[in-house]
Amino acid sequence: MSDMRELYQEMILDHNRKPRNFRVIEGADHHAEGQNPLCGDQVQVWVKLEDGRISDVAFQGQGCAISKSSASMMTDLVKGKTREEAEELFLRFQELVTVGSEDIESLGRLAVFAGVHAFPSRVKCASLGWHTLHAALKGEEAPISTE
Amino acid sequence: MERTVMTTPYDVEKVRAGFPVLHQEVHGKPLAYLDNAATSQKPEVVIEAMKHYYEADNANVHRGVHQLSERATRDYEDARAKVQRFMNAASSKEVVFVRGTTEAINLVAYSFVRPLVGKGDEVLITAMEHHSNIVPWQILCEETGATLRVAPINDDGALDMEAFSVLLSDKTRFVSVTHVSNALGTVNPVREIVRLSHEKGVPVMVDGAQAAPHIPIDVRAIDADFYAISSHKMYGPTGVGALYGKESLLETMRPYQGGGDMIKSVTFEKTVYNDLPYRFEAGTPNISGAIGFGAAVDYLEGLGLEAVAAHEDALVSYCTERLLTVPGVRIIGTAPDKASVVSFTLEGVHPHDIGTLLDLEGVAVRTGHHCAQPVMERFGVPATCRASFGVYNTTAEIDRLVEAVKKVKEVFG
Repeated sequence: MSDMRELYQEMILDHNRKPRNFRVIEGADHHAEGQNPLCGDQVQVWVKLEDGRISDVAFQGQGCAISKSSASMMTDLVKGKTREEAEELFLRFQELVTVGSEDIESLGRLAVFAGVHAFPSRVKCASLGWHTLHAALKGEEAPISTE
Repeated sequence: MERTVMTTPYDVEKVRAGFPVLHQEVHGKPLAYLDNAATSQKPEVVIEAMKHYYEADNANVHRGVHQLSERATRDYEDARAKVQRFMNAASSKEVVFVRGTTEAINLVAYSFVRPLVGKGDEVLITAMEHHSNIVPWQILCEETGATLRVAPINDDGALDMEAFSVLLSDKTRFVSVTHVSNALGTVNPVREIVRLSHEKGVPVMVDGAQAAPHIPIDVRAIDADFYAISSHKMYGPTGVGALYGKESLLETMRPYQGGGDMIKSVTFEKTVYNDLPYRFEAGTPNISGAIGFGAAVDYLEGLGLEAVAAHEDALVSYCTERLLTVPGVRIIGTAPDKASVVSFTLEGVHPHDIGTLLDLEGVAVRTGHHCAQPVMERFGVPATCRASFGVYNTTAEIDRLVEAVKKVKEVFG
C-alpha cells in the first residue's frame, strides 16, 4: 500500500461524498448509537425488520471518509438480509479489516476496505458503523464505544 | 547566565545528521517528521548518554558508598544542575525531577493548592489548556468545592487578556496557564499574566511543555512560582521532566508521594522528610532518564535557543504561507506570537483522512483533538491536522507537506 488511491478507492470516496441511506427511520424497530472517542466519530443506526429480514436500514453521523463510507456501504449491503446473514457479514467484515481476508472475491464491494488492515489506527473507523448495527440488532440501547 | 549563541548560519543538515531515526523511509518515501509537539526525536548524544549510564555506571542514587552509586549520583545531580541552568532557577533545590509536565501539575495541585482552597475559592486557567492543565484542577475543585474559571481566547487563538484580568478576582487562589499552546501554537504573555496575578497576591504555575524546546526559558524573569517542562518534547527521553518551584513555596508544601529517598529518618512514630528537592522525589527516580534529559539540555544549549527559535519561526511562517496557497485550507490559530505549530483543516476532508494520506507520502503529522478538546470546540472543528517543527525540520519537508495536501485535495475531488 503506497498510493493514496489504493486505500481511498473511488467507491469509498463516492460513498463519502454521497452517503446512502443517510437519514432517520421514524418508528424503527432497532436503534443504536456508536462513537469512537479517540477521533470523535459518531454514528447512529436505525433498523426496520419485516419477517426477520431487514426491510430498511439507515444511518447518520459524522466522521472521516473511511467511517462514513463504510457505514453507507453497510446499509446498502444488509438491506433485505436476515438478521443472521447481516451478523455473518459483520464477522467477515471484521476479519477483513483486522487481519485481512483470503477470500476477498466473495466479499464483493466490501473488498474496497481490504487496505484498511494495514492501518491499525483506522480499523476502528471502518468498523464503527458495523459495530453499531450489531448493537442495534442485539437491542443495546446504551451507546457503544470502540474503546 | 551563559548561553551559547550560534554565530554561524544555522546548519540544519548537520543537525539532521545527529538524529538516527530521521534517516529512514516510510511507505517508500523519506520520513518527514512534523509531529514534534507530540514528541521530539532524540539525537545520538542523548541516546549515548543513557547507554553509557547503563553500560558503565548503573547503580541506585543517593545510597551506596560504592563507586558506581557515586558516579550515578554525580551524573543524576549534574543533570539537575543542567536543568536548573536551562530554566535559570536560582538553586538546584528548586528543580524537582518528575515524570513529566502532567505529574508536575498534579504535584502542585495536590501539595500546594489543595490545602489552600475551599468552597467559594477559584482556580483560573485558560481556554487553550492541554487536558493535563484542566483535569487536575477539575479533580481539585470537585474535592474542595472550589470553582474552576476559564479565561477565553480570541478568534485568532490569543488569550483574551481583558477577560483574564476580569476573571482574576479576589476569589482567585491560583492561576495555571500554558506558556505555548500545543494545539494552536499561541505564545502567552506569561510575564504579564504573572505580574497581574501577583498584584492580586495570586501564585502562578506555567505549563512550559511546549515552550521549552522552542524559546529560551527564564523562570526568574517570568517570575513564575512554578514552571513545568517535559524532557521528551525537548529531544530527551520520555518519562522524565522537571518541576521548578520557588524555594520559599516548595519549603511549605506537603509531600506528594511517600516512600524512599524523600525521607531523612523513619520510625513508626514519626518520619522526618528530606530536604528539597528530594522531599518530592519518592522512590528510585528515573536515573537514566534524568541523565538523558541533562544531555538533551546540553544539546539544545549547544545549538543555541535563540538560533533554534529563529529557525523554527521561519518554518512556521513558511508553512503558513505555503499552506494558504491551497484553496480550502484554514489555519486554526493565527495569533501574532506563535511557536512551532501550524494547525489546519482542509474543507471537505476529515483530518484523519488527511493524516493517513500524508503518512502514505512519508509525512508524519498529528491529527485529532491534540488533547485539547475545548480548543477544538472553540473553533467549531472536531479535529485538526497539526504540523509542528523541531530543530531538524526543513523548508523542503514543508514543501512535501504542502504537495501532499494538494494531492489529498485531488483525491477527494
